[in-house]
Amino acid sequence: MMRFRIIAVVFAMLFAAAPAVAQDLKVTEKILPNGLKVLLKEEHKAPVITFQIWYKVGSRNEQLGKTGASHVLEHMMFKGTKKYGPKQFSRIVMRNGGNDNAFTSKNYTAYFQNFASDRIGISLDLESDRMRNLLFDAKEFLSEREVVKEERRMRYEDDPVSTMVEQMMAVAFIAHPYQWPVIGWMADLDNLTREDLERHYRTYYAPNNATIVVAGDFDTKTLLPRIEKAFGRIPRGPAIPKVGAVEPKQLGERRVAIKRKAELPAVFIGYKTPNVQHADSAALEVLAGVLSSGRSSRLYRSLVYEKQLALYAEGEYDGITQDPNLFYLYAGIMPGKTSEEVEQALYGTIDLLKNEPVTADELQKVKNQIEAGFIMGQDSVFYQAMLLGKYETVASWRLLGNYLDGIRAVSAADIQRVAREYFSEENRTVGILVPLKK
Amino acid sequence: MVNVRRTIRTGACAVVVAALLATAGAAHAAKPIGKRIVLDNGMVLLLAEKRDLPVVTVSMAIKAGSMVEPADKPGLASLTASLLMQGTARRNATQISNEIDFVGGSLSVSGGSDFASAGLRVLKKDLRLGLDLLSDVLRNPVFDQKEIDRKVRETLAGIQSQKDEPGVVADDAFTRAVFGSHPYGRTNDDVAAYLPRLKKRDLAEFHGAFYGPDTAIIAVVGDVSEQEIVHLLQEYFKGWKRAPRPAPSIAPMPARERRDVIAIEKDITQANIVLGHIGISREDPDYYAVLVMNYILGGGGFSSRLMDNIRDNRGLAYSVYSSFSAQKEPGAFSAEVQTKNESANEAIAEILKELGRIRTEPVTDRELADAKAYITGSFPLRMDTSAKIAGILTAVEIYNLGLDYPQKYPALINAVTKEDILRVAKRHLHPDRVVIVVVADQAKAKVH
Repeated sequence: MMRFRIIAVVFAMLFAAAPAVAQDLKVTEKILPNGLKVLLKEEHKAPVITFQIWYKVGSRNEQLGKTGASHVLEHMMFKGTKKYGPKQFSRIVMRNGGNDNAFTSKNYTAYFQNFASDRIGISLDLESDRMRNLLFDAKEFLSEREVVKEERRMRYEDDPVSTMVEQMMAVAFIAHPYQWPVIGWMADLDNLTREDLERHYRTYYAPNNATIVVAGDFDTKTLLPRIEKAFGRIPRGPAIPKVGAVEPKQLGERRVAIKRKAELPAVFIGYKTPNVQHADSAALEVLAGVLSSGRSSRLYRSLVYEKQLALYAEGEYDGITQDPNLFYLYAGIMPGKTSEEVEQALYGTIDLLKNEPVTADELQKVKNQIEAGFIMGQDSVFYQAMLLGKYETVASWRLLGNYLDGIRAVSAADIQRVAREYFSEENRTVGILVPLKK
Repeated sequence: MVNVRRTIRTGACAVVVAALLATAGAAHAAKPIGKRIVLDNGMVLLLAEKRDLPVVTVSMAIKAGSMVEPADKPGLASLTASLLMQGTARRNATQISNEIDFVGGSLSVSGGSDFASAGLRVLKKDLRLGLDLLSDVLRNPVFDQKEIDRKVRETLAGIQSQKDEPGVVADDAFTRAVFGSHPYGRTNDDVAAYLPRLKKRDLAEFHGAFYGPDTAIIAVVGDVSEQEIVHLLQEYFKGWKRAPRPAPSIAPMPARERRDVIAIEKDITQANIVLGHIGISREDPDYYAVLVMNYILGGGGFSSRLMDNIRDNRGLAYSVYSSFSAQKEPGAFSAEVQTKNESANEAIAEILKELGRIRTEPVTDRELADAKAYITGSFPLRMDTSAKIAGILTAVEIYNLGLDYPQKYPALINAVTKEDILRVAKRHLHPDRVVIVVVADQAKAKVH
């Protein structure tokens, strides 16, 4: 019902549920002379269309002291241009029966509109306008910064588990920007100026740093010239500054215990793992399925169902990222149980993966889940466009073409090997939420 | 980063169907959205063939929600629903999850206030297995004592964990204050108090009395023909019967004469505010006018007055909205906002001011035109996936909207006038009689 400007932390979940795409992706790619990449996925099953524009900028491109800039800028993108003043963007979209929103992550900032298919012109007009012509009204900036602080209070300050996870991430990375939260530290939000945002915008919002993805009910031959007309005249921007940070190899376990008022403890563990470009990515994806895809998965079966140690227990590979990131193992602890017990039980599950190959049936089950998820995911054109945009932004949409083959090729020995390689004590960071008595 | 999943709250009133319907829209399609078929056992099937993918989506609504659970057994309906998946005469809980997971499908049953719901999604090649599982869990649950104990512990832990969520704490207090002893007023605390007394016999009796073909609606969307699905459903639901028991008498919703503030202390940075009162049922003749009115007030996202005032102009909140939860019985009208403790009074005052304004001044022509344009024009988006189509089909049957509902819808919306909006705002919004729940650091919020 409600639409917000959101921080994209949820899409990893989508991937865990239904990763993949067809071998023949049936995508038309065109790179305009100004560097803008256009991906068109024509699909006529429903009279709807999704238009998405993905900028290759996120919290990864920020600095300490000014964290959260990408996300605040995302909010400012709705605050008007000379042509369409403040408050106009979403109203124009809604007046045309559309829904719009945006999300920011560590690696990207993306904007989308979903419409009945005859309204695509609205997106072309509005998005080409705000790629270059944002107003940055001083009063709007100050007000919107307060809105983002309220968002931070809601999502982090008042949520004990999120607070713990945020601090665990800050410890997991020492040299790489993945250490800070996408929404930014509270003091940094107060430090951000209108000028900081304008600089961020001028640096990163350019055709040569963006990908347009359109999926749904349109004709490729007629849509492409319209996109070229709307966006082609925008000049290429200067070269995009590279993120040079490289996280050094982790040499020992890192731990952080967060003490605050809370009902139940929680544990959140991150292992450094390679990202989607790496050959081990498919095995890690399948391994995540073995751990937590469905109630028959190992973590649910063992920790939640059989031992009743945890209220929830999951594993998740967060590797669709530009730079190497983490594989998470996490659990909420049942009353009467301790975080120590649950942490050890999580390691027990990992040890089993290292010591014994998964059975043929279990491997087949996870592959079936991923393949079925792929087919079911095609029910939504929005979801298909999301996948293309996300892959293209962190690596290449073409990786999706080999995704299922990669999954099918994973063997029990591969899973055992990656478990041994990455899930070591030296390579992990552990966050514990320690509830204080009220 | 990830989003840590939490256990879904049980017991308290769910508004899924109403929410779907509140956004169930107009139509450009010329044909009915599906076909209605009554099976031999009396169960109503709503079918929409959709052949673009080899997938079948099934959604069931069963009149076995908290509306029909005994008043002294709050949570019984919800626990019954969630225990159906935990073992049948033919399969234990582990076998059920193994079988559905192996084919990459999903199967779920959950409670609600008017209805319990069941869902199945499988590849077409696995439809027979899926329906076998779905019918088995609905028809043959055994309510094994170990599973009951396990589910009770898990539910209690989930409820405890939700005490850390100020929004849930506020909703629970609001629900209790507005609905009192009516089933829509059941809260987490009620459920937590009852669960230790939950008996296997209660579960079996509730299931036997309220799960049956005459209380169930099944919507099927996907790659299947009428002949095929009817044949399969006749086979898997053949002989399904219940031993009906009269539904318990329902406590009336309390009348409210004045404005009340409920302040709940919590060591947090934001005041979580919910205010409102009893609203309308889905069958209220004012439903469509209320839908348009609420869009302008606080349902229309960035086009709404609440968002414009409280977020865009004042920077007081990230999220602010109002809604009418229209179900079988009158659900809640509520406005919700989170704002730093110190701004609680200002946010409340502005919400009340907007309630007052829409009751006393006509909306502008532009506001009305924009609201109608969105509500009718976004229809295609409300039917763009199988699950959404299944949701609309179910609502069409529950509220007797007709399979031509999509064709009728634009006219229903476009008929709403400025005078209608003023009239329904006066009739259905009562700023002088709202319950105002404020979960906050009260020393800073200083609500009065």
